[in-house]
Amino acid sequence: MNVASDPGVWVAGIFTIAIFSFLYKDNPFYKFAEHLLVGVSAGYYLVQYFFSAAYKKFYVPVFINKDYILIVGGILGIMMFARLFRRSEWVSRYPVAFYVAAWAGYVIPSYIHVRILQQAESTMFNPVGMPLKDLLSACVLFVGVAATLIYFYFSAEHKGGLRVVSKIGITFLMIGFGATFGYNVMGRISLLIGRFQFIFTDWLGLVR
Amino acid sequence: MVLLRFAGKGFANGLIFLFTPIQLCDSIAAMDISVRPSAGSMALISAVLAVTLLGLTVPVLGVIPPAPEVSDTPDDWGDALTLTWVPPGPGDLTMGYEIWRLEVEEGGEITPPAFADTVPASEVLTAAGWDMAGDADLGDTVWVDSDLEKGQEYTYILVALTDGAPMPSAPTSPEAPRRQILRNQRINILVAVALFMLTVVVLVERARRGAKLFIRRIAGLEAVEEAVGRSTEMGRPILYVPGLDPMDEVGTVAAINILGQVAKKAGEYDTKLICPNRDPIVMAVAQQVVRESYSAVGKPHLYRDEDVYYVTFSQFGFAAAVAGLMLRERPATNFFIGRFYAESLVLAETGNATGAIQIAGTDSDAQLPFFISACDYTLMGEELYAGSVYLSREPLLLGALKSQDYAKALIIIAIFVGIMLSIVSPDIAEQFKALFN
Repeated sequence: MNVASDPGVWVAGIFTIAIFSFLYKDNPFYKFAEHLLVGVSAGYYLVQYFFSAAYKKFYVPVFINKDYILIVGGILGIMMFARLFRRSEWVSRYPVAFYVAAWAGYVIPSYIHVRILQQAESTMFNPVGMPLKDLLSACVLFVGVAATLIYFYFSAEHKGGLRVVSKIGITFLMIGFGATFGYNVMGRISLLIGRFQFIFTDWLGLVR
Repeated sequence: MVLLRFAGKGFANGLIFLFTPIQLCDSIAAMDISVRPSAGSMALISAVLAVTLLGLTVPVLGVIPPAPEVSDTPDDWGDALTLTWVPPGPGDLTMGYEIWRLEVEEGGEITPPAFADTVPASEVLTAAGWDMAGDADLGDTVWVDSDLEKGQEYTYILVALTDGAPMPSAPTSPEAPRRQILRNQRINILVAVALFMLTVVVLVERARRGAKLFIRRIAGLEAVEEAVGRSTEMGRPILYVPGLDPMDEVGTVAAINILGQVAKKAGEYDTKLICPNRDPIVMAVAQQVVRESYSAVGKPHLYRDEDVYYVTFSQFGFAAAVAGLMLRERPATNFFIGRFYAESLVLAETGNATGAIQIAGTDSDAQLPFFISACDYTLMGEELYAGSVYLSREPLLLGALKSQDYAKALIIIAIFVGIMLSIVSPDIAEQFKALFN
């Protein structure tokens, strides 16, 4: 047995156990770890945002590089602080509205291009002369796309033929979710193994 | 006419021959042949003459490339220039290219660097203030220089790399990158967006005029009323988590829209609504939405800033805090609506352990399986976007949802047409497919 002498490893080990204790029930150790994590991370991100946004993206470009157009962004940011006062709270709606609308306008064309038009183009295929295996794959893909889109068609009740097709669509979805579930669970298990390795190898030194 | 200049040492140095006609290279009008070793120069020249006069291709060490054509890269933001050049002729042993760039001052003249046989071209160019912009392979005939300054003029020299000395071209005429407002290659997107917007406007107008626009039943949203009622009966709060993403995500916008409807129902039943947030801007919007919803049902006094609050930006810090909240406050109903990541199962499992009725909704396909397995109802992707329309039946949102439905139908038809065209006429099918790319 070769227990770690590094205090940092001990802190990490104790907090790992404190978080794991939540599996039993809520307890003071978990509460302490939770509040510490929330408090430390909130403070960390506050400082990080101050330097990465307020300093690097506003102060440096505007006051050092003289890129004055960015003052507009700075003013919008300052307007957010109007929320702190009840009477001027309405002012903060403008930067939020600008932010949401500008971003929507910026991403909608790329979303339509990448997620709709290109996807539709990729689903089209030429069955003439295609090897049987590829033809089968392309047909399954086309049926899957069409049936799934019909499942998400809200303008008609899923009855008769539409019901059959939407059932096929949800089946495709569930097959996809099943595969994703298995894949993700394997990822989580590997994370768990990593934590146990830390506890038994790095911290307690029970396993070499 | 072809110009040959032997740039070796000794006898061949500076010797110039003129041939008319000659077939050294079809597309190159002037060539510079460098022969490094002086020994056997006579024999080499004789061989070259004999072979070329017979009309055969001569293997040469390298050929001075003609100056490339420089033009503004079309459909860009004004930060790129495109260089094109003719490929090397048969027998040319050029192995690749270096592209050198020089910023030209306004009104300034371009002085060609004075290359010498004894000094490498790269040293001459560097000393003259040129920068190596990049390199190109032998087969390349087009090269795009990006990350340039809009409006700044540049000139280029193409250096052909050989086994021997590199062969620099003459400098190009100066050219400046220019910005194009409209990207012609993306006209299809403009048309698609315009068509979609037109459909939205028409359908919104129809909805406003009272036309009944049908939307099918969505089970997860039907359960909202029941879930809020359950919290009221049990005297416990409702927990609403609007995802982890910022306000620019579609899923978050949908989550906020649904929050407004849930808050209205919570207000009607005098039930406490708790909404922890990971993003400060989402928190600001959520506070506003909840307050307005309470006011809309005549219960503005129910709103408290403390109920719609910021936790932390840390993903698992947030997950730990919400999990703890579920165990301590024991909400009877949990809504996990928006975009979630790896914390989804932590939240859904904890909520499940507390016995709360859970309604989840996300467009994050990797997290949907976890919500489906641990929650009572799950809104999948498009159902999430349809949620606020379904609950509010507002004409504006209803028109948008209907437009999406028509767009889906159009996509299915377009794919089918594309496949049919591929069978009937592959050429037309390719043109049709190009509309989507």
